[in-house]
Amino acid sequence: MAIRIAVASGKGGTGKTTVSLNLAARFGEPVQLADCDVEEPNDNLFLKCEHLASSEVVMLTPQVNKDLCTGCGACGEICQFRGIISLGSKAIVFPELCHGCGGCFRVCPTGAISETPHQIGKISIGQSGNIRLVEGRLEVGVSLVPPVIRAVREQLLEDMPAILDAPPGTSCPVVATLRDCDYVLMVTDPTPFGLHDLKLAVAMVRELGLPCGVVVNRAGDDRVGLYRFCEEQNLPVLLSIPDDRLIAEVVSRGGLVADALPEYGLMFSELSEKLKKRVRPTGGKP
Amino acid sequence: MNKIAFTTSGHDLKAELDPRFGRAQFFLVYDLQQNSIQIIDNKQSRSAAQGAGIQAAEIVARAGVDALVTGHCGPKAFRALSAAGVAVYNCDAMKIEEALEALKSGSLQRASSADVEGHW
Repeated sequence: MAIRIAVASGKGGTGKTTVSLNLAARFGEPVQLADCDVEEPNDNLFLKCEHLASSEVVMLTPQVNKDLCTGCGACGEICQFRGIISLGSKAIVFPELCHGCGGCFRVCPTGAISETPHQIGKISIGQSGNIRLVEGRLEVGVSLVPPVIRAVREQLLEDMPAILDAPPGTSCPVVATLRDCDYVLMVTDPTPFGLHDLKLAVAMVRELGLPCGVVVNRAGDDRVGLYRFCEEQNLPVLLSIPDDRLIAEVVSRGGLVADALPEYGLMFSELSEKLKKRVRPTGGKP
Repeated sequence: MNKIAFTTSGHDLKAELDPRFGRAQFFLVYDLQQNSIQIIDNKQSRSAAQGAGIQAAEIVARAGVDALVTGHCGPKAFRALSAAGVAVYNCDAMKIEEALEALKSGSLQRASSADVEGHW
């Protein structure tokens, strides 16, 4: 089982994608990049894989056979999300609210409910140099993020290291990305928001029992005490990326910093070496 | 028609008609036969992350109303209300008593579909 490194942040816009992409580009061996920010995947804007193999992510939602439904209401009682209701009449289904638990299917006394697939997302797989990209994309109007993230993870090959580009925040989608990873790289910036959300993210990662290290992006004057916090919390700062306009220019053009600016390419090679020394596969699920 | 539900933030017929259905504060149920009112808190729907309209439809349907008078009704709520046999009347009156008069005088048209998108 190869290592799994998640790149997370707490605060949005700290540079998770930049770090994930450039770490992957300087990993020094074939690596997988999982774009788990399925609400707005953007890794491929930079990798530009053209030939993507796509597959649907589906969830089973109920379908009611009106001839068999007696309108007893058992399905609506067990549903916590109003995905199916019966108000003294035949049951009606709202697939966009269904969480796919299958409860209604099981409690229906007359067997009127069957399960049919409903598309909630799409997985695309591509190759760019040494990087095997696995991208998840949520369907418009769907709010079930974790199942799509789990579908991305199911597509990861077990014997190739993987970098998982997480969504921001500390809620279910992030937990779905981080769970069973071997290490979490937290990207932050030396701003009050950056530090505030880093604290939340550290608490979440500790709750999950995962080792973690920090990448400080747009590093400059540390007016908020970010480095002091990292020291107090025994969080190794594995890389500080300077607040350099050239980086922003490369990113704004959809380029890879490691390729366009060799001195930063070297920094990401060093980060990758540090991680390989630190991270040991724990044998969790992919 | 026996019982009519109105969306409101108040407790009597002089209260304002709430233009929202799913996330209205209360439902005032007016019984035409008894000439009585009942107030139902819509707390459960207001705190729902999603599906407030469907939840609210369930609440008014279980209260045994034949009709709902509100400002606007979205597609999911409309579908649930229709399935439960509750007639929907959209009304832009400010007060419940005005809406009730409009309904009684026959100047309100029964809606045949949702009049707004979800989460309007």
